[in-house]
Amino acid sequence: MRTITYRDALREAIREEMLRDERVFILGEDIAGYGGTYAVSKGLFEEFGEKRVRDTPLAEEVITGAAIGAALGGLRPILELMTINFSLLASDLLVNSAAKFRYMFGGQPHIPMVVRMPGGGGAQRGAQHSQMLESWYAHIPGLKVVMPATPYDAKGMLKSAVRDPNPVLFIEHELLYNVKGEVPDEGVDYTVPLDRGEIKREGQHVTIITFSRMLHVTIQAAEELAKEGIQAEVIDLRAIRPLDIDLILDSVRKTNRVVIAEEGWKYYGTGQGLAALIYEFAFDYMDAPVQHVNGADVPMPYSKVLERAALPNKNDIVKAVKAVVPQALVHG
Amino acid sequence: MAISNLTLGGLTRTQLLEMHYKMALLRRFEEKSAEEYTRGKIGGFMHLYIGQEAVGIGAIAALRADDKILSSYREHGHAIAKGMEPRAVMAELFGKITGCSKGKGGSMHMWSDELGLLGGNAIVAAQMPIAAGIALAMQYQGLDSIVACFFGDGAVDEGAFHESLNLASIWKLPVVYICENNQYSMGMAVEKAWAVDSLIPRAGAYTIPGEQVDGMDVIQVYEAAKRAVEHARSGKGPSLLEIKTYRFRGHSMTDPAYYRSREEEHQWRTTRDPIGFFEKKLLDLNLATQAQFDENDARAIEIAEDAAEFAENSPDPELDELYTDVMVDNSTALSFRYERK
Amino acid sequence: MKTVEMPKMGDTMEEGKILRWIKKEGDEVKRGESVAEVETDKVNIEIESFASGVLRKILVPEGESAPIGAGIALIGSPDEPLPDSSSGNGSAKAIATKDADQAASATAGNGSMLNEARSDYRASQTSVQSPPEASSQERIFISPIARRIAEEHHLDYSHIEGTGPNGRIIKLDIEAALAKEQEAAAALTPTQVPILETGLATVEAAEATEVPLTAMRRTIAKRLSQSMQTAPHFYVTSVIDTGKLADLRRQINEYAQNVPDPVKVSFNDLIVKAVATALVHMPQVNVSFAEDRLIMKKQVHIGMAVTLEQGLIVPVIRNADQRSVLAIARESQRLAELARTGKLRPEDFSGGTFTVSNLGMFEVESFTAVINPPESAILAVGSITPTPVVVDGQVVVRDRMKVTLSSDHRAIDGVIAARFLQEVKRLLEEPFGLLL
Repeated sequence: MRTITYRDALREAIREEMLRDERVFILGEDIAGYGGTYAVSKGLFEEFGEKRVRDTPLAEEVITGAAIGAALGGLRPILELMTINFSLLASDLLVNSAAKFRYMFGGQPHIPMVVRMPGGGGAQRGAQHSQMLESWYAHIPGLKVVMPATPYDAKGMLKSAVRDPNPVLFIEHELLYNVKGEVPDEGVDYTVPLDRGEIKREGQHVTIITFSRMLHVTIQAAEELAKEGIQAEVIDLRAIRPLDIDLILDSVRKTNRVVIAEEGWKYYGTGQGLAALIYEFAFDYMDAPVQHVNGADVPMPYSKVLERAALPNKNDIVKAVKAVVPQALVHG
Repeated sequence: MAISNLTLGGLTRTQLLEMHYKMALLRRFEEKSAEEYTRGKIGGFMHLYIGQEAVGIGAIAALRADDKILSSYREHGHAIAKGMEPRAVMAELFGKITGCSKGKGGSMHMWSDELGLLGGNAIVAAQMPIAAGIALAMQYQGLDSIVACFFGDGAVDEGAFHESLNLASIWKLPVVYICENNQYSMGMAVEKAWAVDSLIPRAGAYTIPGEQVDGMDVIQVYEAAKRAVEHARSGKGPSLLEIKTYRFRGHSMTDPAYYRSREEEHQWRTTRDPIGFFEKKLLDLNLATQAQFDENDARAIEIAEDAAEFAENSPDPELDELYTDVMVDNSTALSFRYERK
Repeated sequence: MKTVEMPKMGDTMEEGKILRWIKKEGDEVKRGESVAEVETDKVNIEIESFASGVLRKILVPEGESAPIGAGIALIGSPDEPLPDSSSGNGSAKAIATKDADQAASATAGNGSMLNEARSDYRASQTSVQSPPEASSQERIFISPIARRIAEEHHLDYSHIEGTGPNGRIIKLDIEAALAKEQEAAAALTPTQVPILETGLATVEAAEATEVPLTAMRRTIAKRLSQSMQTAPHFYVTSVIDTGKLADLRRQINEYAQNVPDPVKVSFNDLIVKAVATALVHMPQVNVSFAEDRLIMKKQVHIGMAVTLEQGLIVPVIRNADQRSVLAIARESQRLAELARTGKLRPEDFSGGTFTVSNLGMFEVESFTAVINPPESAILAVGSITPTPVVVDGQVVVRDRMKVTLSSDHRAIDGVIAARFLQEVKRLLEEPFGLLL
């Protein structure tokens, strides 16, 4: 095992898949000479050349359509959209074409395409650059939506995504690119499934469900809670669609208490969707209502102070856990 | 009668008669679909190709079997022109399991991998970026197949039109973009919608060849298409064809077409019918007889009736089909796992 | 003759109104020609004929409507005979009125649905706004998992104090209550040590010997005095003729000697069966009184009071109503053995819904028993005694047994108790029913 950054993990995944399969190529704005806005594709243009590492014009709709077409034509494109905020320009093709083709054409075509894009905020990028929109896409049958939070998961899931015959939206986070973590040694080809969450920390008092950047905040909160004797079970969703419902329900049946920690907005988002599922399938196991830790319901402000206040932090999670875990249980 | 050695567009008499037959087939098929729609056998939206037969038949005659086509929702003609069995098309319209999309697509969503019919799209102009991508795949893999993308005058105003022409141009993609300008996008007349009254300047804007063609003359369409196809296949990149045509019926089955006059419609129908025009030309050149035309027409009617009967007698999809084909590994689909009874 | 039908010209269209006939009766019609102008739900549209010929008859006149598929005109050759014309017109008219009705009811329906929807919304508004204090007096707040565990263990949680928010009873609270009960129950379990627990010394004095209370004695004292104090007991006595019962028992035991797992059925077993059956017929006796409501138990679990040296214990025969007489006998013997050897587990003596206490073996004519909480009744069974009775004017000797039902008047009224006892009597005096 060795320790690398999330960014490096992504690059390794892309490179290894490109070496493994000639059909794999990457396209996006400024990914070639520039090396990618977040330096994920740095060095790939020099290694693979223009045919397989393509800069595109600034035109989200056509480059997404072209990625779909390329996939239909037999290739395995990895499209990079600069951020999930800009994907809205391409959302027609993702929702109305990529997600629908297999079904409405009677099972004939398939679209083995990966769309990579970071979501989320926290770097003072302002309202139009800081959104968490995964639930919009996770709402659509026909798409896969994944959000790895660690370098190990990022590399393994990107490889799985490239090999998957379905369209996969691979949502990263700007503030994750520098996060370090362990991955297997070079030359070890491993994958992580696209439909399984993972228990990153076991516990019996409360289940905290989270994903993307908030996993790291949650782990910090869990460690702090552990000092007071509260053992939190932390589930890293990893897969938003399809959801690993069984993993979640098993944990809920064990702990009877749930906290959902996400960065995005509350209403009609991923967290509420999870909560509704938990109430629907595990109602009789609930010892308390689901606690929801989420971002403030406002467009993201630029000011450092306001932005920090808009995003949930470790203390919010600790507070939510304490609202449902009775003191007596821990000290008793 | 002297047997003429003249050919038209470089096609033999047999090929020309076959072209005529195909146009008649399209015409009779669409008429039959209209009838079945009014009987309630076909639901949803249906857009007829009547009047535009020369475009689909002429353009697709210029393609090879391994070339791909993409179309819009007005796609019955393209599907049959590319070789789809009328039975499979009609059954799809009826929503039966024997339809080309297992009844799950309907009039606007037809597909065939073997024939290279890669979709009908209901989102205007969405097929243009996708066509560029498929052409990219052909180019990337060193294949010399090309892609022909059909769209209407309405698509020209969408951003995707411009983005696609630009991308195809800079990457020299082997795609032929064919605009079937039937003068109206739903009720919006082209004179009111287009800033420039022809597509040729627009082709020039992306430095690709552009041609304007009389879409009621199937040979003209064929020859223009051949030129564009050759351009693409030889690696020179995309072209834009503006084929001026007219749809004799409303935009869809529910459109009473108030936005154009009855006189205008009547004029086109009686004096500019592409089938009539072709027949006259062939007769003038002694390349075919009325009897042969009648035979083709009769055969077309028969095939259309047969298609309707086949569709009528075909079974509906089983209810299980509701949950199939969402994903390739469909067992991971949430509906398959948790909703299926 | 071909029929021109009202075509479907739109996915939401259900009927069309003839605005204008373009072709009149007697006109020539070519296939594809427009014959009429029709108004649909969205647009006015001209409909074309799919047949050629002469328009022989108009079936739906201008101004009237017809549903999709209905015949609106007939096209044929000039000399073809027309079908019966009256039906055509009549049906069109009938269709027209039906449409009018449908349209009227549809609008009415829509209107009322809207009103309903509005009133639902308002109702939900008010219920949301209803003050929480009102509910706290009526409802017990308990989390789903806590309630489930409580119910599984037949724990009456109405008196438990919740430590969750708003006084909600949470899992922790139920677990704590169960643990306490287990302690008490464990204390009830007789141990192998003699009555006098080691370490507890009796105090010998001149006039008396002081025996310290065992945990079991303590619990009995507490529970039964609580029962007597809180439940207003009343007593109903019945005398039961046991002649047929004895005969049946003899026959059963003859039979049961030869079954693969031979068993001996006692009178008490038959009484348990009778009581269980009666409880199924009269579930009002199979209840628990909880401060603000009656908990009607859906299952019948009969406790049989067993006297040990150390005191009283009541193992429970679960689902006695569903067991055969032989099964009841086997179960009661198994439980009695476990009780004697001190191997009863808490679940063996909890969860009962009714108790039978039998002192008949001690020549007791009758007695009254204390109700075993949280049950609402208990049957005290006396001995079977040959008794002189008057039958048809003659004095004869019959075997009679006195049974006394103690009932909690908070849950059970006099008539109910009496009817229940009557049912038990009937079942024991015509005991064949116990086997059916």
